Amino acid sequence: MASIARRKFDVLIVGAGGSGMRASLQLALAGLRVAVLSKVFPTRSHTVAAQGGIGASLGNMSEDHWHYHFYDTVKGSDWLGDQDAIEFMCREAPQAVYELEHFGMPFDRNADGTIYQRPFGGHTANFGEKPVQRACAAADRTGHAMLHTLYQQNVRARTQFFIEWMAIDLLRDAEGDVLGVTALEIETGEVAILEAKATLLATGGAGRIYAASTNAYINTGDGLGMAARAGIPLEDMEFWQFHPTGVAGAGVLLTEGCRGEGAVLRNASGERFMERYAPTLKDLAPRDFISRAMDQEIKEGRGCGPSGDHVLLDMTHLGADTIRRRLPSVLEIGRRFANVDIVREPIPVVPTIHYQMGGIPTNLHGQVVAPAADGSQRVVNGLYAVGECACVSVHGANRLGTNSLLDLLVFGRAAGNHIAGAGLAASAHKTLPNDAADPTLTRLARLESARDGEYAQAVAGELRRTMQQHASVFRTQAGMDEGVRKVAALRARAEGIGLKDRSRVFNTERVEALEVANLIECAEATMVSAAARRECRGAHTVKDYERPADDPQFPLGRNDRDWLRHTLWLREGSRLAYKPVNLKPLTVEPIPPKLRTF
Amino acid sequence: MAGPSDAGTPPSSRSFRIFRFDPDRDDKPRMQDYRIALDGGERMLLDALLRLKAEDPSLALRRSCREGVCGSDAMNINGRNGLACITNLQDLTDPIVLRPLPGLPVIRDLVVDMTQFFKQYHSIRPYLVNDSPPPEKERLQSPEEREALEGSYECILCACCSTACPSFWWNPDKFVGPAGLLQAHRFIADSRDEATAERLDDLEDPYRLFRCHTIMNCVDVCPKGLNPSRAIGRIKELLVKRIV
Repeated sequence: MASIARRKFDVLIVGAGGSGMRASLQLALAGLRVAVLSKVFPTRSHTVAAQGGIGASLGNMSEDHWHYHFYDTVKGSDWLGDQDAIEFMCREAPQAVYELEHFGMPFDRNADGTIYQRPFGGHTANFGEKPVQRACAAADRTGHAMLHTLYQQNVRARTQFFIEWMAIDLLRDAEGDVLGVTALEIETGEVAILEAKATLLATGGAGRIYAASTNAYINTGDGLGMAARAGIPLEDMEFWQFHPTGVAGAGVLLTEGCRGEGAVLRNASGERFMERYAPTLKDLAPRDFISRAMDQEIKEGRGCGPSGDHVLLDMTHLGADTIRRRLPSVLEIGRRFANVDIVREPIPVVPTIHYQMGGIPTNLHGQVVAPAADGSQRVVNGLYAVGECACVSVHGANRLGTNSLLDLLVFGRAAGNHIAGAGLAASAHKTLPNDAADPTLTRLARLESARDGEYAQAVAGELRRTMQQHASVFRTQAGMDEGVRKVAALRARAEGIGLKDRSRVFNTERVEALEVANLIECAEATMVSAAARRECRGAHTVKDYERPADDPQFPLGRNDRDWLRHTLWLREGSRLAYKPVNLKPLTVEPIPPKLRTF
Repeated sequence: MAGPSDAGTPPSSRSFRIFRFDPDRDDKPRMQDYRIALDGGERMLLDALLRLKAEDPSLALRRSCREGVCGSDAMNINGRNGLACITNLQDLTDPIVLRPLPGLPVIRDLVVDMTQFFKQYHSIRPYLVNDSPPPEKERLQSPEEREALEGSYECILCACCSTACPSFWWNPDKFVGPAGLLQAHRFIADSRDEATAERLDDLEDPYRLFRCHTIMNCVDVCPKGLNPSRAIGRIKELLVKRIV
């Protein structure tokens, strides 16, 4: 270990997307020594691809209240979201958006100069009565505008970035405290130990465990893999959101803001089929609901195209002006990825993997919590997680559109504040065990020495096809059980990955191999958690457990008696544990579970 | 789950000539020829490059969002800067010649060192400056004032423009370059920003702004269809107005 460079910081943030940079800004302003590590230049992080908006009950368009937002989010989560966390997020939302505006965010504006808000799926006024305009938007580039704004403010605050550094493993001591990470500087191939009094994981989701995904190539669940290898559980990983409108064949996202601005989904006969499935919210029902309806239409032979394998998103009635002003990127994507001029013709879409509801379990401050030997939930000293890699849990079994960007802002800030309030500048670094970096070095050495190893992407490709086949919109018990076996086999195959490229300099094959190690953890957590949950809830729909809405025992297949609880997957032995859902908000009345129709 | 139906092109093979340089092994750069069988599912240049990378994993390139919004995969494609992920293979003639962005040091293959590019970006104070105590809610901005940011804030910092600019090639340390100046304009144009005078002072310099000779390569190559040249013109107008 003597040969490895060591650097020390007060705080280490892994990931420079929306949540990581919101946290780093808070910490830099508090005067702490912060290092932010990122595989890519900060503005290339996947937050940049978010299109539609940030949910906050500003009430700029019509009456709105955070209570309504709270209700919508609880119902959207199919009651799996923790109501204390949901209250915290929805109550903080307006402040989080105003702050971002003060940072320079170029929001669209209303005639009176306030922030423009558009309708979005599952967002209603007066507890489900009618759609409300809650999504604070910058055209259909909200994530881009937000990520750049946060980077800009970090430039101003002189945050120290380590760009194109990939974190490999968490470092824990015998007491289980996290003392930093091992990391690879991609340009030089050097491995270093970065010590910190607090380590914040903000590495985003693992959407690349699926073949058809709206996610960037970098979304390989690195923080989740690191946590799993360090013995920290992953929560609710069976819940993956299929976004209803991915461009058929390309996977590229078309924002729900299209439907917010008035677009509708049509089947082969031109019918606006969502009217049948969700009479009140129609095309603005939550995503799990719409994706299932689309899949149903396709399965029952009402899909479009020569193979009947997609439906159409119709924006032709919106007019060129609205489309150019509110949906310019969608216009561009239609032309580039589907040869479709959305002003004139509808565009083929299919439900496409988009968002990971589960993640590393945390409390409201972003502190990672894990079960202790006695079964109680304990804070892991020195470790925080925020954003898509974390599960606090505000999204439960299905996230509402616009709540992801909000999650990044609210919990990025909360974690930053909590770390800033911990008095770290005055405390000393704990002593790092001598063998702390050994697992990383062993893993890297094995990669280097595997002369005839397989290319990482060959294994990853097979993994993605497996997940796509066995953990999709509609799942079956037999299919998931088979998926569990296949993923276990792929884990063994991943051990045989090797490198053809032996260069030290910007070796992307090495990075990909390290990423696949993280993908495997996320895929196995997903598959095993899914196969064990014997009900239908939110995005987890299993044919074997489907029931009608008027089922006396389990309406719509949701089994609150046995399954109103969070899954915890532990890597060692691929073991599952469970913990209760928090149904008690902080200050308001709870929203008790009820039938989920729209 | 519905499968993809919209294939790009029929199965074919395409030829590439790609700049290769690995400082760990090579004394000097070389061009390497490839012929790659495509199955028809590859629509964009990036799709083909990832197919090629499965056969030769040693080829280094940056990529992330694969939809033209993160700005990672800028490169010189058949002599013209662009993003691999939104360059349609059908629009390219063979052999497809790929080089790193011109004018920046090469780290390896198609990966360039962007330090100088970002240094110029950082030099324009790329953040809103407004030290007045903020209101309880949002700062108000009329739709017309917001409109002034259109065409500037959308920049993805891919560096296609600056590395296509001869003025930037000659003076990368002194000339801000089109990308940086576009962002300078974004903040000058923002009704909420209070540092317009300082921003203009900073740019009133024979090199920082006035090395732009309206060659317009920046406009020609911008993958987002932005017009840095027009933004630079507006900054020059403001400087003139200030004197008058």
